[in-house]
Amino acid sequence: MAAATLLQAENLHLWRGDRHVLNGIALAVEGGECLQLTGSNGAGKTSLLRTLCGLMYPEEGRVLWVGRNIREDLRGFHAELAYIGHEPPLKADLSPRENLRYWIGVRWPLASDVINDALERVGAGSYRDRPVRTLSAGQKRRVALASLALTSVPLWLLDEPTTNLDKEGQQLVGALINEHLERGGLVVAAIHHDLSVRATALRRFELTRE
Amino acid sequence: MAWTWFHRLGSPPYLYSLAARLTPWFAWPTLVLILGGVYGGLVLAPPDYQQGDGFRIIYVHAPSAWMSLMVYTTMAVAAAAGLIWRIKVAHAVAASCAPIGASFTLCALVTGSLWGAPMWGTYWEWDPRLTFELILLFQYLGYMALRSAFEDLQRADRASAMLAVVGVVNVPIIHYSVIWWNSLHQAPSVMKLAKSDMPATMLIPLLMMFLGFTLFFVTVLLIRLRGEVLTRERSASWIREAVTL
Amino acid sequence: MSDRIASAGDSVAPPVEGGPTVRLRLRAATPLSTALGLTLARDLRLAFRKRGQLVQPLVFFAIVTTLFPLAISPELSRLRDVAPGVLWVAALLSSQLALEFLFRDDAQDGTLEQYALSGQSLTWLLFAKTAAHWLLTGLPLALMAPLAGLSLGVPAAAVPGIVASVAVGSVALSLIGSMGAALTLGVKRSGALLSLLTLPLAMPVLIFGARATELAIKGGSFGAPLQLLGALAVLGLTLAPLATAAGVRINLE
Repeated sequence: MAAATLLQAENLHLWRGDRHVLNGIALAVEGGECLQLTGSNGAGKTSLLRTLCGLMYPEEGRVLWVGRNIREDLRGFHAELAYIGHEPPLKADLSPRENLRYWIGVRWPLASDVINDALERVGAGSYRDRPVRTLSAGQKRRVALASLALTSVPLWLLDEPTTNLDKEGQQLVGALINEHLERGGLVVAAIHHDLSVRATALRRFELTRE
Repeated sequence: MAWTWFHRLGSPPYLYSLAARLTPWFAWPTLVLILGGVYGGLVLAPPDYQQGDGFRIIYVHAPSAWMSLMVYTTMAVAAAAGLIWRIKVAHAVAASCAPIGASFTLCALVTGSLWGAPMWGTYWEWDPRLTFELILLFQYLGYMALRSAFEDLQRADRASAMLAVVGVVNVPIIHYSVIWWNSLHQAPSVMKLAKSDMPATMLIPLLMMFLGFTLFFVTVLLIRLRGEVLTRERSASWIREAVTL
Repeated sequence: MSDRIASAGDSVAPPVEGGPTVRLRLRAATPLSTALGLTLARDLRLAFRKRGQLVQPLVFFAIVTTLFPLAISPELSRLRDVAPGVLWVAALLSSQLALEFLFRDDAQDGTLEQYALSGQSLTWLLFAKTAAHWLLTGLPLALMAPLAGLSLGVPAAAVPGIVASVAVGSVALSLIGSMGAALTLGVKRSGALLSLLTLPLAMPVLIFGARATELAIKGGSFGAPLQLLGALAVLGLTLAPLATAAGVRINLE
């Protein structure tokens, strides 16, 4: 079965004050594909990701998911994506387990052992009950990645997923993405360097500042 | 046909030149009506049998109060249009309205207070209409304060628009407060035009002032709007051709 | 490999006719009531981990009600007359103090954004947060207010009336305040601005609440203003969450 284009962006224009942040961006991502957004700081990578997930409204252009404009059923679209921004969205006073329970549990029913397994998968099992405030930046990043192991949505939108991670952590990100791609999912990631993902599934898209 | 015209209104350069062309059409009638109304109210209208000459402040007070409500409604409608259909110039209109409305509200409160002192024996009373009109002033100030609190213009526009829309509930409250509550304030007498109790010599200058104040609002709005559009579009290319030094 | 291909009934969005299909199995989402329960539980749990912060608005309320006898007069008969006003102004100011923290932390660490992207109704999730906020500030205020009232010379018979009016009024105040808090999310040090935006809309609550308290103190029937307070609370319940969600979305853009 040929991979089909699932996510599409057509002629996206976005202004932030006087800055023309997105200038006629068009892209298409197929199932099983990982699109890497590259570009210098301020080039608009985060803005593009946020526009793709519907948080930001482009002045012109549209985003299509499975052939339909995301604006038609924004909540339905959100139910099929996972977005992780710059900072891992964790509460400092809760433990990783509690964080995941309240974060992902609001979306899908999660059993306790499923959460534990996900934390083990990302190597965060040893500190799963400590408050997040006591964790290092890299450890927090791993906990955020555990959320990906708990979802089964097709679309992943990741903003700098390897920040603060050591070599082993970066391999982990690559492994998670590879598994996801093999299941037919797609990934759009803003990142400075190449992900350790299967080369045939990887495409690059460069954003330049005007 | 009407739709294309509406669509063109949303374009800043078109709106800028349209506002420039329309301004004199509103400015001159404003001048005539206000001068005429003032003359009629201060000189021609007979003194009130109850209040003597003191009632004449109505020629400034009543139109100011009416305009404070009308401007807020305009502001809320423009804000709603900007929020719902994402029309950026609608936010420019709302932003231009706010200081004008706040001034009218302040004028209404002050003239009302000056009028109230000899009439009711006090400069201020916490009766419903006065209290809610004071709240309206705070709403205008809140709108302007929220707007200036954001660095990002788009957020400033949309957040303050939301505030304006939510606050519009105060406008009918002020209007009907004299009917709903037993208030110190007199019941509406001007609105029932056909059955109005006022003699023509009193009424006509008042109507002239109402119309004059309305046209004054539109004139100042058009001028402020051009300034708003210039600020927002300062880096656009059409500015250089449109603005000749 | 048939286990990788989802059947049409599994996907959340039915595939477009003749168009591309989504090949992953999608699970059934958490029911709304469970999601709300989780959100409520989370906020309550977080608040109890920072117990110090929880107590601040209540301490503030106690201090403010103490200021008035110092400033006006220690005579209970005089204090009794101003008690409704004092209690309500203090309650209003205390709830303002607490409002700043309603969405602040979640906005800063990105969890609010995750709620907006969760696929669940943002309106309902924010309502759950506001409800938690009321349980943590409004309800304790309603229970503390009679104590403050007694210290101002209010007769014991007025206690039920005070509790009822502050409880209902604080519901309206929390809802009105949530709108202001949502709009000022992006603003640093928004305390004064938040008050400027919320207090005008909160004034009707103050008027009816003080009236109900006054009637309770005089021993009369406070049903009428209490019903009006209830009407304001119901109005807030139906309209405020929508405005709050809109405000949050505006600040997430």
